[in-house]
Amino acid sequence: MSPREVRLSTTPSAQAIADLRLGDVVYLDGLMYTAREGVYMRALEDKANIPLELPSQSAANFHCSPAARINADGSFDMGAVTATASFRFAKWLPEWMAKTGARLIVGKGGMTSKDYRAYFVPNGAVYLSTVGYGTGALLGRGVERVEAVHWNEELGLAQAMWVIRCNRMGPFIVASDMNGDCLFERENAKIAENVARLYEGTRPATMKRYGESDDRTDEVI
Amino acid sequence: MDKAAIEIPQDYLEGLKEAARTEDGDLSSFVLKAMLENYEAAKEDRRAMCGDTGVPRWFVKLGNEARVQGGMVALEAALRRATANATNGVPLRPNRVHPLWRTDHDNNVGIGAPEIEYGFEPEGEWIDLITVHKGGLFGTDYRMLFPSDGVQGIKRFYLDSLMAFGKRGLACQPAIIGIGLGGSKDICMTLGKRASTLRVVGSRNADPRIAEMEDEFKAIGNSIGMGAMGFVGKNMVIDCNIEVGYCHTGGLPMSVHAFCLSSRRAVARIHGDGRVEHRTDPDWFTPYQRRETVDWEPQREAAE
Repeated sequence: MSPREVRLSTTPSAQAIADLRLGDVVYLDGLMYTAREGVYMRALEDKANIPLELPSQSAANFHCSPAARINADGSFDMGAVTATASFRFAKWLPEWMAKTGARLIVGKGGMTSKDYRAYFVPNGAVYLSTVGYGTGALLGRGVERVEAVHWNEELGLAQAMWVIRCNRMGPFIVASDMNGDCLFERENAKIAENVARLYEGTRPATMKRYGESDDRTDEVI
Repeated sequence: MDKAAIEIPQDYLEGLKEAARTEDGDLSSFVLKAMLENYEAAKEDRRAMCGDTGVPRWFVKLGNEARVQGGMVALEAALRRATANATNGVPLRPNRVHPLWRTDHDNNVGIGAPEIEYGFEPEGEWIDLITVHKGGLFGTDYRMLFPSDGVQGIKRFYLDSLMAFGKRGLACQPAIIGIGLGGSKDICMTLGKRASTLRVVGSRNADPRIAEMEDEFKAIGNSIGMGAMGFVGKNMVIDCNIEVGYCHTGGLPMSVHAFCLSSRRAVARIHGDGRVEHRTDPDWFTPYQRRETVDWEPQREAAE
């Protein structure tokens, strides 16, 4: 069975979001911006003015640093784009979503169902995961053009806020829904059934690590 | 560096194609197909295969007769310049920042970056410039085990590492898993990293008992029930490479490294007469690199 394919605007309606199911494959159209720790710190902690009209221009926040350059004439070349692991940004996301109305958080690895229930669902937002990880060239093809880059002087190219126009950019996978369910936790639970058999006969380390857990259903995020 | 960033090495590609053929998890299978399309797109468009272009670094191997014009300082300057040029040219993502001040020179060059490591071979007047662009902040771990932990302890830490970083696909699997056993702590990490990045899929350690472990560990990794992105599946490990080094008699240090879905490596051999040959097999772990004796006597080694 292959996953269902959906085309989605980066300023999606509440209905379009509610229709998404875990494991759907999504292709995006419209403006999307990159924002990760550098942008969050600058906007939320240093209270800098966000240089975009959010969410009217875009409700899609990509946890990404592109492999891109700014040419001498001010034009851009964007090669590959892939996401960075999102769980590290949980600290800033509730405030960011409240402030910017972001409804699509696009990244790597997703958040916990606790995060989804606490501030994704109340904000009408879902999480889209990139695929692979590392379909950077495919995603790069979905970048119709780079509209702007902000804060590159302050934050460097990797942390800057890139604004890109997506044209059937994808694939992405729907990793959370309006119930606050988490695709990765669903998959982890299935895999966990096998864990006891897998570890049979192996030997716990003679020297423990301080704070170590023996619960193999634990996650590092 | 362009080649490394854009073209997936053939040995890994074949390993992944084989994985895609055998994968029956719906989502994992979709992911592997998307990855195969991605490598094609990268090659066609001449764009980096992954947006996280890793932390480019260099392994330099010199034949004993090789001499570098301008000396090793000139060589290091050239490698740093090449890194900056490729960052702007391909383009690569300027990943390298100061750990505290987060300063980014936008060229992947800075204090200690790119790393340049050296190896030597007893014969030859060539220099191998090996570039590896390993990505990922996850999938790598170290633990001090002890002789009493034995192979079952090694297995457990191996599984722990795959489980910990395989969930949600943080290790960007299926990967080439490198295991370092022995050495001191830093060398143990180095061995594991080199096992994952400087050996090709399908290669086996020269010690037949270690080679057997490599087969067994590959199979164990693929029996977890976890595939690409941590979805249900049966392909987690494209291959498992183990490298060893003599260690303290009381300990059994172990490291695990995952060389990801974008297993980027490329080699240029520069000959004394200026010819340049390109390949993707670093061929790092020669009998000389794994030697056990005080002096290098290849004939005696071969006879043993």
